[in-house]
Amino acid sequence: MTDMPISTAPKRSLYAQDARTKKRNRAEARFRTYGMAAVLTGILALIVLLTSILGNGLSSFRQTYISYPIELAAERLDPEGNRNPEEMASVTTFGYVPVLAMSLQAFLEGEGIEHSMGGRELAAMLSEEAPAQIRNMVLANPDLIGTTIDAQILVGGRIDGFFKGRVTMESAERDRNVSVAQLELAQVLADLGIVETRFNWDFITWPDASGSRPEAAGLGVAIIGSFYMMLVVLALALPIGVAASIYLEEFAPKNRLTDLIEVNISNLAAVPSIVFGILGLAVFINFMNFNQSSPLVGGLVLTLMTLPTIIIATRASLRAVPPSIRQAALGLGASKMQSIFHHVLPLAMPGILTGTIIGLAQALGETAPLLLIGMVAFVREYPDFLSTHSNTFPLMGDGATALPVQVYSWTQRSDPAFVERASGAIIVLLVFLLMMNLIAILLRRRFERRW
Amino acid sequence: MEDGNVNDMSGIDQGVAVTGTKMKARGVDVFYGDNHAIKEVDVDIADKTVTAFIGPSGCGKSTFLRVLNRMNDTIDICRVEGDVTLEGEDIYDPKVDPVQLRAKVGMVFQKPNPFPKSIFDNVAYGPRIHGLSRNKSDLEEIVEKSLRRAALWDEVKDRLNAPGTGLSGGQQQRLCIARAVATSPEVLLMDEPCSALDPIATAQVEELIDELRSRFSVVIVTHSMQQAARVSQKTAFFHLGNLVEFDDTDTIFTNPSDPRTESYITGRIG
Repeated sequence: MTDMPISTAPKRSLYAQDARTKKRNRAEARFRTYGMAAVLTGILALIVLLTSILGNGLSSFRQTYISYPIELAAERLDPEGNRNPEEMASVTTFGYVPVLAMSLQAFLEGEGIEHSMGGRELAAMLSEEAPAQIRNMVLANPDLIGTTIDAQILVGGRIDGFFKGRVTMESAERDRNVSVAQLELAQVLADLGIVETRFNWDFITWPDASGSRPEAAGLGVAIIGSFYMMLVVLALALPIGVAASIYLEEFAPKNRLTDLIEVNISNLAAVPSIVFGILGLAVFINFMNFNQSSPLVGGLVLTLMTLPTIIIATRASLRAVPPSIRQAALGLGASKMQSIFHHVLPLAMPGILTGTIIGLAQALGETAPLLLIGMVAFVREYPDFLSTHSNTFPLMGDGATALPVQVYSWTQRSDPAFVERASGAIIVLLVFLLMMNLIAILLRRRFERRW
Repeated sequence: MEDGNVNDMSGIDQGVAVTGTKMKARGVDVFYGDNHAIKEVDVDIADKTVTAFIGPSGCGKSTFLRVLNRMNDTIDICRVEGDVTLEGEDIYDPKVDPVQLRAKVGMVFQKPNPFPKSIFDNVAYGPRIHGLSRNKSDLEEIVEKSLRRAALWDEVKDRLNAPGTGLSGGQQQRLCIARAVATSPEVLLMDEPCSALDPIATAQVEELIDELRSRFSVVIVTHSMQQAARVSQKTAFFHLGNLVEFDDTDTIFTNPSDPRTESYITGRIG
């Protein structure tokens, strides 16, 4: 055995890179470029998405109003002259249209503003919602009849679109719903400050409106519907999911049956959400006879959909707790349940919360299963979820809609103003998601501070 | 007075008389699935004595230690046969709740594993779940006594609310000992308590073990023969799942009767 070197590579300087090293370094540089390109693509996509949504949707938080004195003529609005609300209600919304139009015409004449339109064309500048607004005001307060009120009322969607750049003089020439004369008058009134575009809370608080009055369509019902569904999901999915994961992870014997359950839970997480909608339709509506499109049914369906996500996340975070903590507790004479609830669960809490919020966010944005249980309903009136009328439990009576479904149904309407509304609804949805993530981060911080 | 308790306990001389048998194991077999890990082991754990289990890696000494407080129950495939008694009561009797047993037979693990809570809560956890204190001052007294007994009080008395995980390795291990001591166990099992510690921390823990002997039976598993020689009065040598020899520590190290023991302690096997 002589002392031979293992290989006979020639001796090289450390300063000169050999071919292998160069190749390796090139490969690394290439990989870093790929990675950066991937990240940049993602960022670019995000920027495009946000600019398009914000560009289309932010204007839905602003709305154009016109303010002028409206003379509430008694002979039209209260023909009997006795201020009886029931008889006054017989004057329908259409009865208020001439009231508004005549007042506007009189106002323009009084101000000396010239225009070339007839009364009908002039009235068409106002929103179809405006007469209903005034009618509700009058019915709520009959003393207003006979007086002249200074009201701020909605203008039509096209006029509103003119001030937001959606409608132009050129497009108005081709549009049967708006005339150039109307736009010219609107511009004059805007210069005088009679027509103004301002921030619009009604977009968030008002219920949906029909296809011909996009200017009055709001998200109120959808927000409440989504909120109650999230409550149902949180109240059901979190305890059920965490209990199931703790049992499966800590107590269940490891055998064929639990293996089968585990595989099925993983598969359920990948099942298309519309399948859960069909399940909900069959079980909750057809079999259990719950009211369709009630928030409870929606919440139950979304709970089923969210459970696998929560269970998988919870099990993963339970598994990540070091076994030494369990042993320490058991070694001190803690029971299995004590060791889990005193030590393992608090340590797993950040992971569980993250999983739950991800599941909730997924549920908040889900549309498909809700379509199948009738939540795509057009809800014109605020539902009374918490009442127990007609022998139903709270959340089981009135139908509701949800934010993503509202987006879906608005994008289906013909008036281009609804594109703006749908984008605005997406912004609200994103704000909700951001808020939920913020809550998740705050909760995680709080639990992590317990070392 | 700060160090009064600790000093009192350290005055016990090495040659204290063995007062009787605390735990008795007869014909213990342990199986992990088909693997026969412990074969027909008989050991008596004497009261107020340090018993050391030595042997090469994988010889079953830790497994046997875990037989003594039924920690093996937490492993699904593990099966224990034979008789193990604590003061004459069979600890594998179906009537015995392992949770109650573990309150009497405490355990300290190889790696320091304090709970991610405050130092106070770490020590107070055992007394709390076993209802050993009537009120808060009672609990504080138990915590102080336990920390003194683990020779940690002086180092942490000003920061009892600091996290236990923020202590150094040696302090953490002493905290774990304090935590085990706080439930007033009768037997204290230690599974290589010094293997993750530096020599200074090891010396502190060894000193502590010697002091603990005045109140508890201590059973210690160790890889270090020097440590066994230093801290124990009785030594059991395990090899390949068999108990080869069990005798006074002096006898094992100076005059072993089995050639395998001699080979091991002179460094030829293991």
